[in-house]
Amino acid sequence: MTEFLQQLLNGLSLGAIYALIALGYTMVYGVLRFINFAHSDVFMVGAFIGYYLGHHVPESTVWGGLLVLTAAMIGCALLGMLIERLVYRPLRSAPTLNVLITAIGVSLLLEYTGQLVFGAAPRTFPPIFPSANFHLGPLTISSNQLLVISVTLILLFALRFIVMRTKIGTAMRAVSLNPRAASLVGINNDFVISFTFALGSAMAAAGGILYALNYPSIDPLMGVMPGLKAFVAAILGGIGNIPGAALGGLLLGTVETFVGGSEWSTYKDAIAFAILIVILLFRPAGLLGKFTVEKV
Amino acid sequence: MDWPLTQMLTVKNLEVCYGAISALGDVSFSIAAGRIVTLIGANGAGKTTALRTISGLLRAKSGHINFNGEDLTRLPPHQIVARGICHVPEGRMIFSNLSVDENLAMGAYLQRDKARIAQNRDYVFSIFPRLKERLTQAAGTLSGGEQQMLAIGRALMGDPKLLMLDEPSLGIAPKLISTIFEKIVEINRNHGLTILLVEQNARLALEISHEAYVLETGRVVLHGPSPELRTNPELKAAYLGG
Ligand SMILES: Nc1ncnc2c1ncn2[C@@H]1O[C@H](COP(=O)(O)OP(=O)(O)OP(=O)(O)O)[C@@H](O)[C@H]1O
Ligand SMILES: [Mg+2]
Repeated sequence: MTEFLQQLLNGLSLGAIYALIALGYTMVYGVLRFINFAHSDVFMVGAFIGYYLGHHVPESTVWGGLLVLTAAMIGCALLGMLIERLVYRPLRSAPTLNVLITAIGVSLLLEYTGQLVFGAAPRTFPPIFPSANFHLGPLTISSNQLLVISVTLILLFALRFIVMRTKIGTAMRAVSLNPRAASLVGINNDFVISFTFALGSAMAAAGGILYALNYPSIDPLMGVMPGLKAFVAAILGGIGNIPGAALGGLLLGTVETFVGGSEWSTYKDAIAFAILIVILLFRPAGLLGKFTVEKV
Repeated sequence: MDWPLTQMLTVKNLEVCYGAISALGDVSFSIAAGRIVTLIGANGAGKTTALRTISGLLRAKSGHINFNGEDLTRLPPHQIVARGICHVPEGRMIFSNLSVDENLAMGAYLQRDKARIAQNRDYVFSIFPRLKERLTQAAGTLSGGEQQMLAIGRALMGDPKLLMLDEPSLGIAPKLISTIFEKIVEINRNHGLTILLVEQNARLALEISHEAYVLETGRVVLHGPSPELRTNPELKAAYLGG
């Protein structure tokens, strides 16, 4: 039982990171109906911003850590907006396939520019937050796990508030439902799309920092696997559905951790993806997704 | 033809294509402030295309759209809304997953003045009390007629100077159609709102409008005061069922 709870905790904290990345995939899909493959590299850039800034703040302090986290989120929000403005906006009326291929191109561009600028060798992420282990009965909870879970929860609630309660959030939902109707009430769709990229990219940056704190070796290709998992999580939850992305991330992280702790650990990725396939066979639109009739 | 009134909207030599297909070829018409003007015509005549081009959803290949002295031809939709043209599109296009309340809030997206928003809301509820009873309901679960009321209400929240309605009678029970048309007349009369109405139901459109243009395959073939056109023999044969 202790073993189970311990693994559940580990799984949820890994899943929380997937959830943070998955939100960006799902939100961008919501407003533009394509998968932004460069998203996983924004996650990587977030970790690198944290790496460089982390050396300029005192180590192991809460305020230093939060400062780095916030700066990385702002930096990546700007990067996300820049990518959208320079690359995706000119392709707004292009066929989806063209946009997808371009997204892969942007992804490769970021990865190899990363190798050029940061170098290909892995680096050790500085311990920006204080670290300690807490014992709750037989369970061991690391401060990093607590950090991951609390930061994720705060960001999820903040996002929910923005999307459900603010004017710009309502506009995001309106654009996602019907971009033409949105423009007819005076919404500037480009602005809303830009805002969506900023929001998703900031979440990915937070994910990047939290991931780097837990797996403290970072390199320019570090986004590939977590990005793929998060993409799967977004599909699993129902692409375009925000609570779905969070649920999918948590589920995938948990499954992966449990399989990783079992005798089949070598196959943990294969099993995680097999589960995805099985779930999608029964619920093709994802766990929380609904099929919507595409209106012309 | 002489124009005793100042023109609010003037469309001149408008030409619009979908790819290689021409939908409008050299269409001109104008609307004087405070009037209800209708565009009538058969399926595919280009009525929806004309409205979409005015509201910026489509780009004209050539021609001009002038609104209160300003050229709108190259502006994006959200800036045209900001100038005071609100378009109730064909098929209503309400935000189905959003509540009635949120739909109305989105209608006022460009309004900064809270007091003005509240005033417009009260006005919308005074015309369509049904909406007030359904505020928290998801808009997609409203009946067709209620959705049309919401679509008009949403447009009114934008505080338009010109309201464009594309087939408000489409898919609505006959009883509700007359209600909605009464409301359209009421909005025009009590509020002085200028209205451009597109309708397939020519009889109804000619009854409530001051002036009408008849479109046929992307061209204006007839134009005149509505009461006159109601008795026009050509029009009677083609659109009013003899
Ligand atoms: N998206 C489109 N792509 C290609 N052709 C189109 C498109 N939309 C409309 N058309 C064509 O343009 C012409 C005018 O269409 P439009 O929708 O403006 O007609 P309408 O007068 O509104 O008809 P209805 O009364 O059926 O709504 C038609 O021939 C139509 O087939
Ligand atoms: Mg039409």
